[in-house]
Order: sequence, then C-alpha cells, then structure tokens
Amino acid sequence: MAVYKRNYKPYAGPLTPEWSRLFAIPRQAWSGLFKQRFLTIFYVICFFYPLGCAVAIYLNHNLSSFTQFIPIPMKNLFSVDGSFFLKYTNFQGVLAFILTALVGPGLVSPDLTNGALPLYFCRPFSRTEYVVGKLLVLAGLLSYITWIPGLFLYGLQGSLEGWDWFVQNAWLAWSTFVVSIVWILLLSMLALALSAWVRWKVVAGALMMVVFFMGAGIGATINNVMHTENGGYLDLGSNLERFATAMFAIDLPAEGLTLGDSLAALCVAVAICIFLLMSKVRAYEVVRS
Amino acid sequence: MHPVIQLENLSVRLGGRQILNGLQGTMSGRTIGLLGPNGAGKSTLINTLLGFYPPWQGNARLLGCDIQREKKKIRGFVGYMPENDSFIANMNAVSFIRYMAELSGLPREAALERAHEALFYVGLGEARYRLLGTYSLGMKQLAKLAQAIVHGPKLVILDEPTNGLDPPARQRMIRLIQEIREGGQMNIVLCSHLLRDVEETCEEVVILKQGRVVHISNLAHERSLNLRFLEVEMVGEQDGFAGALTAMGCECTPNARGGMRLLLAEGVEVRDVYKLASDRNLQLRRLSQRRDTLEDIFLKAMEANTNGGV
Repeated sequence: MAVYKRNYKPYAGPLTPEWSRLFAIPRQAWSGLFKQRFLTIFYVICFFYPLGCAVAIYLNHNLSSFTQFIPIPMKNLFSVDGSFFLKYTNFQGVLAFILTALVGPGLVSPDLTNGALPLYFCRPFSRTEYVVGKLLVLAGLLSYITWIPGLFLYGLQGSLEGWDWFVQNAWLAWSTFVVSIVWILLLSMLALALSAWVRWKVVAGALMMVVFFMGAGIGATINNVMHTENGGYLDLGSNLERFATAMFAIDLPAEGLTLGDSLAALCVAVAICIFLLMSKVRAYEVVRS
Repeated sequence: MHPVIQLENLSVRLGGRQILNGLQGTMSGRTIGLLGPNGAGKSTLINTLLGFYPPWQGNARLLGCDIQREKKKIRGFVGYMPENDSFIANMNAVSFIRYMAELSGLPREAALERAHEALFYVGLGEARYRLLGTYSLGMKQLAKLAQAIVHGPKLVILDEPTNGLDPPARQRMIRLIQEIREGGQMNIVLCSHLLRDVEETCEEVVILKQGRVVHISNLAHERSLNLRFLEVEMVGEQDGFAGALTAMGCECTPNARGGMRLLLAEGVEVRDVYKLASDRNLQLRRLSQRRDTLEDIFLKAMEANTNGGV
C-alpha cells in the first residue's frame, strides 16, 4: 500500500513467534552502536590480538618451513595449551571489560530517563524478555571478541596439528567457552544493573571500574587488617581469574579463596545484579508514602 | 460480544495506600472516557488494566480477558499511549515506531511499512525521519499515538492525550481520536481530567473520585434524553396549558422563574407544544431544550458523592 494514503487499517498479517521478539532489542541497539566511530574503531582493535594469535599459531606450526631460508636451529616458539588460552581469555577479557564500560551504561538508563519502559511492557513483552534482550546486546558484542575467536584459534591449531590434538584438547575449547561466558555474564549484568541505577552514562561507566578496582582494594585491605582471606569475596576480577586458572588446568595459588568460594562469590555478584536490575525495570515505579 | 471493561470490585493498593477502592461496573461503549479530578485514580486504573499494578482485591476484564491471568493476551490486542514523555532516545520516528511494531510481533518488513503508515496517519509523515528528541510536545504526543496504533490493536488506551498541547494541536489530536472512533476498527479508552476532551470524543463516561466510581453514564443516551426536556416561559394562563400537556402524557413542573419544565412524552414533539400554546392563545417567551453538559453530569456526580451518593 502506498504510504501517502492517510487511512488506517488493522494489521491482519502473520506475527513473529513470541520467543523471537526480544531479538529486536539487540538488532536495534547494534545498529545504533556502530554509528559511533570511536566504538567501531575500538571494536576493530579488539580483533587484533586474536588475529595476532592466529598468525603466531600458524607461524609456530610452520616454523620448519621458514628455517629452510633462515639457517638458525629453532624449535616451536610456544605451545598451544591451557596457559596459552588463559592468556588469551585474560587479554580479551580486559578488552571486553572496556567495551562493556563503554556500551553497557547506555542500555537501560536512557529507557528509564525517557520513560520508555511502559512502551515495552504494554506489549506482549515481559520484564525478563527485556533484560535478556539487553543482555544479548552485550553478550553478542563480547562473544565476537572472546570465545568465538577463541574457538577459531582452537580450530586453527587443531587443523594444523591434526585430529588427535583436536580430540585430546577439546577441553581447551570448552574451557575457553565457559570462562568467556561467565565473564560476559558477570560484566553484562553488572553493567545493566549500574545502568538501571545510575542515570548518567559516564558515572555508570566509571562505577564499573570502581566495583572492580575498589572491590579488589577493599578486599585486600580487609585481608591485611583482619588477617583473613574473606576480603577476597569482594575481588571479582581475582575470583574470575581463579576460576579461569582452574578451568585451564593450571595450579591455583595456595593463598586466597578456594575455587568453590570464588565461584560462590561470582554467583552472588550476578544474583545481586539481577535483583538490582529487576527492582528498577518496571513500567512504573511505586513511590512509598 | 464482550464488554470493553468489566470491573469486579477492583481494589488496588500501592505503597501502602489504597488507590482504587472496590470499583464496579461494565462499560461497552466504543469510546469510553475515564474522568475525574487529579488523583482520582484514572491512571492507576489504566495501569492496573494493563497489568502494571496487581489488584489487591477483586478483578477486571478487558474485552472478556482476565487482567491477572491473561496479561499477555491483553497486551497483544491493546495499544497504549502513556501520559508522560515516553520515547527511545536517539531514534528517528520511523525507527521508533518500527521497533515498537517489532516488539508487538510484526515481522520486520511489515513493521517498517506499518510505521510509515501510522506516521502518515497521525500527520507526522513529513517529519518521520527526524530524531524524536527534536520533536515539539505536540509531535511527541502524535508519535506516541502512532506507536499505540501501529500494530492494529482492538483497544487503544489513551492517557491524557491532549496534555500540554496548544489549542490547534489539541484540536488535531481530538480530530484524530474521532477519526479512529469513526473508523470503527478500534475501541478507545480515553483518560482525561479535561471534560471537553471526553465530551467531544466519548460515548460512555466513567467518573472517578478518590478511587471510587461515582458515576457511569452513557453520554449518547443522556444527550437523547436531554432532547426530551424543555424549559418554557410564557405569558398567559398556565394551568390549563399544563393540564393539556399532562393529558398528552407529558410531565410538567413549575420552575422558580414562573415558567415550567416539561418532559415530553413519547410521540410528542416540540411543534405540538407550539401548537397547543397557539390554540390557547399563549405567548411563548422562551422555549429551550435542556443542555445538560458533561460538566453538569460531572458536577452532579461529584456533589452526589460528597453527599453520600453512589
């Protein structure tokens, strides 16, 4: 129908499945995000390290070919093992953190500031779907710079080393995936919760830094003053690192929280974020008299 | 055919305060006005019907659907225009309306087409690629209306649609609401504290005061009843005239100014009154139909409630 005709007719066409409607949120958010030049450049930079790793893996495997031209005896420069993938996830994790601090605060707070939540929830669209939709914005962005290139590196190494290596080291792929997902979930929930509670994007971004660095500082202070390990519960970065270290089968340092405690601390942090987020994500806030 | 709104002893408590108190009633008009002074509970009622607030007691139904058990179904056939500024930052109107349509379940291409149609329909066609943040208040109201109707709902709930609009913008909004009503595709619930808005657009009105329904009135019916009421002032002998009218089945009561009030019987027209006066050689100095405006109804309802009515 020509759009210039000023009349109204009800919609009689097919509807999309209910589960698929939340994907409209990331689709719309990404199209807006990549209009920002700085963010796009930073996002491209996030792929440099995985690309470098891929080149390194390739060169490492084909070193013998190069030594034909350079008459220096060389063995493999490095081995692609748990330690390699731990370094990879740590490095990309830092970039993911910066990216979350840039993107996350702008996800929920504008909807709260502009009173847009009633527009979402007056439709067949729940609060949970809203939160999951917003989570997918970050999860999608962060996945492309963490576990997806990680799995590509694992696949590359497997293709060069052969099927045996691929099967024997499948746990590396699994660990890369799980560690990245836990990191993405923690960062995303924290960013969304802060975005819901702090209306200013810059302040919310800064608060993300505060939660990580101040948490570590306060935790260390508690440990030193009270001669305890319990301050470690506040150090989210360290807890995640312990989890990642364990996942990549590297020995944990003797001091500090146990792996179970670290995992519990991460779970509690995510639960608190979900609680904070859900308490703000409502069509209308009820003011208690 | 289900009534548009059924209130079944609906009570709502928010923040420890009772906001709605045992609302009862059935409304079936194509356009229903929720009227009441500020703080009467109009917006709370709308938000409860949409499932934003849970009922404390009782229940309600929208087009036959239970507001507690069938929230999702209700939200599928309802379009809602909130009272306050509601938009998504850094979006132009087309993207915004398309996004809203997609959230309502329209496929992407259909959503885009409907977004254009809805914006043209409300009169924002030329400004549809402008950022919403740059819109005037009147344009924002129209954009909110567009998002409420983009998915073709069966029921549109408009919360104070003319709030803050200048007279031309208000007229435009009222005309649009009337057009939607006359289109016959959608039922409308209009919530307003402005009597004129409700009077110009609604067939049925629910008057709320302090969280209670104080009056439910079918305006069309009231208007047709008004046509049967006459106020007459005359010079000459009135008793015989009144007797003759009573004999025709009309009801006559003298008023304070020496005239009389008439309620015409079925089959008796105004011209019969003129004829009777002429036959009796009476001078009719004034004959007017009662114009019981919504304002009268509203004031009566408020007064009756103050005096312990309804």
